[in-house]
This record gives sequence, structure tokens and C-alpha cells, in this order.
Amino acid sequence: MNPRVTARALLFGLSGLLLLALWLSLALGPVSLPLLDSVRALLRLLGVPLAAPEQAVLIIGQIRLPRSLLGLTVGAVLALTGVAMQGLFRNPLADPGLIGVSSGAALGAALAIVGGTLLGGLPAVVAPYLLSGSAFAGGLLVTALVYRLGRRNGQTSVATMLLAGIALTALAGAAIGLLTYLADDATLRTLTFWNLGSLNGASYARLWPLLLVTVVVALWLPRRARALNALLLGESEARHLGFAVERLKAELIFCTALGVGAAVAAAGMIGFVGLLVPHLVRLLVGPDHRLLLPASALAGGALLLFADLLARLLLAPAELPLGIVTALLGAPVFLYLLLRGRA
Amino acid sequence: MLRAENLAVRRAGRTVLAGIDLELRGGEVLGVLGPNGAGKSTLLGALCGDLPAASGQVWLDQQPLTAWPGQQRAQRLAVLLQSSSLDFAFSVEAVVGMGRLPHATGLSIDAQIVEQALQAADAQHLSGRNYLALSGGERQRVHLARVLAQLWPGGAGQTLLLDEPTSMLDPLHQHSTLQALRDFAGRGAAVLVIVHDLNLAARYCDRLLLLVNGRPQVLGSPDEVLQPDNLKLVFGLDVLVQRHPERDHPLIVIR
Repeated sequence: MNPRVTARALLFGLSGLLLLALWLSLALGPVSLPLLDSVRALLRLLGVPLAAPEQAVLIIGQIRLPRSLLGLTVGAVLALTGVAMQGLFRNPLADPGLIGVSSGAALGAALAIVGGTLLGGLPAVVAPYLLSGSAFAGGLLVTALVYRLGRRNGQTSVATMLLAGIALTALAGAAIGLLTYLADDATLRTLTFWNLGSLNGASYARLWPLLLVTVVVALWLPRRARALNALLLGESEARHLGFAVERLKAELIFCTALGVGAAVAAAGMIGFVGLLVPHLVRLLVGPDHRLLLPASALAGGALLLFADLLARLLLAPAELPLGIVTALLGAPVFLYLLLRGRA
Repeated sequence: MLRAENLAVRRAGRTVLAGIDLELRGGEVLGVLGPNGAGKSTLLGALCGDLPAASGQVWLDQQPLTAWPGQQRAQRLAVLLQSSSLDFAFSVEAVVGMGRLPHATGLSIDAQIVEQALQAADAQHLSGRNYLALSGGERQRVHLARVLAQLWPGGAGQTLLLDEPTSMLDPLHQHSTLQALRDFAGRGAAVLVIVHDLNLAARYCDRLLLLVNGRPQVLGSPDEVLQPDNLKLVFGLDVLVQRHPERDHPLIVIR
């Protein structure tokens, strides 16, 4: 079969899957909407003059659409940055968290949560923004530090960065532990839930910054697909094929810090997506980044929407933290891949 | 063509390579010989810009190597390192096709070149296979095809550097690889290859460079370089140098 035809079919298939996930995620929830109503309501929100139940329009416009779009975006950006990190480390088991961005963001969030309480509580209007901003800044700062530690004589050592990332993750863990120790019970609960990740607090205000970052990452990384392919041969090999490797590494790290930082700031810590999605998609489409990047973005978005559906529906009307669902789904699949690969 | 002028490399405060004045010539295969740790790979790393020069300069055509824009440099200079860390399931053609990344020749021409390069590396039968399923020697030939594809068909002004391209190959493919380099140089490119087998070097190389402790010991034709006293001095080997009964190149026999 012509590989380019298969590739196109695959991207179509994944887009279809993503649309299905989006549709279900709009229709299902504590108040189940008829599938057609949800489409009508969505179209009306987009400006198509259609008759749709007011209730459906309200639920979808105010609650489910921002939530679904947030989930889709978080999944896509985590998967894209996962691809970038697996390319950078030339290892299919690399995770966006390796360069310290997740732990930095977690520390930033913990500082905002606990610090806010210690200062006697922040006004409810600024608290969410402060939390997101602090998480984003924490992720960027720790990543910048990891990058700085990995640099010597104008070259970035990926191995040193990996170790620096581990050390700083441990350090951030200790700091978070200390903050946890200082926290009172209510703060502790907020902290714990935040660490488990959720789309619960979704709003358009949370969506826009993340969407902007995701669009930048999703446009930028595919431009580096060929360079990423060459990088898999090795850094020297990529240089001898004419690519500016130091610049490429800096771009990959910057995109990841930006993307993961924004995702964590918007939805908390959601594990396994950045590791698992590129891995699974690579099994489907092969390691060529020209196909791997768009396919992973689509699959990541779809996976996160399905995981969020489970989080909403399994214990309805209560809601499971999303991070628990992705880990519950991700860990066994990951183990299966690991063991299968060894056989 | 690649030219090194009084090149030296320092590592951790120690001079590991010095006094390298070397001009690669189009149409010629230059073999680099020397014991382990003599600085052969360091020389190759310095020639291709992987290692910064502590002194001296490498020239590609009329410009310093470092002044070339990456893509244009890659169209003139290809490098095969000792081993690749590639750990992803590309097809053999995709790996060889990466050699075409510096070019914009289009899919169909690239596919033809990939096929020809695979043929030159005697690896066309691996076409369609998963790279990760290949043996070490097969992978080595696929990477040989990749660097050949990068400069294909090869001609004046192009340079190919190879670090022990035969280290994992069976005897037949050691010869077919060196023959492929000979043919490649025959179309006008300059080739520098690090080898360990003295008889392989004697048979296929136009000139040989003997390295000891990061310094050039002798540079010359195989007849000039492969002398018993040179080999005794450099490798500590007692050898007899005879003539190949059919091809008349030096034949080294260990005593």
C-alpha cells in the first residue's frame, strides 16, 4: 500500500476519533443530553440559527464546551511535548516531566495555594489566576535552571540535563513536602486535588492562554519534524546532516516548558499522557516525526477527552480526579508495552 | 576538498592531537592507521568539526569549515561515525533516506538514490526491513549507504570521512565496503577512512597516515608506510612485508 495514502487515512481516522470524543464529551455528564441536541446546541453557539433546547445551549456553552476544549488542548499539548522530549532524549520512554517543568509547576502551584492561605486567604477573584500564573512561572523557572545546568562551553549536554532534572525534581518534591507540612487541612485538600489534575475548574479564561500556547507549539514543532528525525540518529549525525543542533535543542526545551507549564497551570498534574500517547502512536505510524507529531496531537486530545468522560461518569454525580484516570489507564498499557517489547 | 593546517586538539588540559597538516585529494582514498588511543577518532572529530581545534584550522574548499552554513556543508561533507545510537523502528530506506535531508531533490530522485546507495553498500536486500531488527554489521552497512546517499553520486569537491566502517563486518563485506569507497572516490570525491586491518589498507588505500600518540608518524603510499620498522615502532609488531602474488600491493604477514 502507498504509505502516504495510509498516512492520510490514519490522520483522518484519528480526527474522526477526536470528533467522536468531543461529541460524547459535550453530550454526556451528570445531565445527559440527547446526542442530536448537543450538536444543535453547539451549532447554535457557533452562530448557526437552529432550534435547540435552552438548557442544552446553556450547559454546553457555559460548562461543557470550555471543559472539552480545555481537555482536548491539554491532551494535544502534552502529547506534542512528549514527542519533542522523546526526540530530544532519543529515547521512546522519555517524558515531558524529565526536564523539571512539571515539578517546577507543581511547586509554583503549591507556593500559591499554601502561601495564599498563610497570608490570610486571597480574594476569590485573583486566586485562580495567581495559582495558574505561579504554576506556569514555576515550570519555566525550573526548566530554565535545568537547561542552564546542562550547558557547558556553548553546548547542552542532554545527559547532564536529565540528571539535573532528576535532582531538581527531588528538590522541588522536598519543598512541596515542606509546604504540605505547613498547610492546614483545607489547604491540604486543595493541594492534593490540584496534584491529581482535573478539568473541573474549566472556564474560557483558563482556556485561552493554554490554547494560544498550544497553537504556537503545534505550529512550531512540525517545522522541526525533519530535524527531529535526524536527531534520532545522534547529535553529531544531525549536525553532519546540516541541522543546527544546539538551536534545535533549545527550541524543543522552550516549547516543552511553555506547553507543559501552561497545561499544568490550567489543569494540574496529569500524568502519562505525554509518555504514553507518542509511544502508542509510534506503534501505529512509525517514528517519522512528520506524521508522528500531528497524529500524537490528535490522539492526545482524544485520549484526554475519553479519560475525562470516565472521570465524570464512573462515580457520577461525584467526579474522579483526571490524573487518577490517566494513570489507571496509562500504567497497565505502559507495562504491557514494556513486557511485550522484551519478549 | 578538506584541508587541515597545523591542527591540534586538547582534552582535559592534555594535547591529544597535534601537528596535523593534511590535504585530502579528490579521487583518493586515504587510510588512517594507528594503535588504540592513537587519536584516529579524535583526528576525524577535529576534521569534521565535532571537536573544537585548540590551534590550527580546517578548510572546506576555500572557506574555514566553521564558516559554512549547515546545509551547504552537509552537501559537501559526510561523516560516518563509529556507531549510531539510533533506537527507533525506522525502515531501512527511511534511515538511508535521512542522507537526503540536506538536499531538495524530491521524493522520486531521493528514492532512486537511496536504492543505488543501498546497492553500493551491498545492502539492497535489507530494503523494507525494520532497522532495529538488523544485526550490527547490517546496521553498519545501512549507515554506510546513508552517508553515500548524502553525497550521491559523489564528485569533485565532496569529502567523505569514515570511522572504522568495517569494524563489525564479515571478511567479504570488509572488502565490499572498501571497494565501495574506492568506487566512490573514483567518481572524484575525497575519502578518509580509519581502518585497523593492515592488508585491507594496503589493498584499497592510495595513501596511508600512521598516527602515534596523536602525532603523525608517516604519511605516504602504502609501500612507503607499511615498512617493517614503521610497524614495529607504531604497533610493536614483528612483520614480514611481501608482495601480493596477483595484485602486487604489500602483504603484511605477522611473524
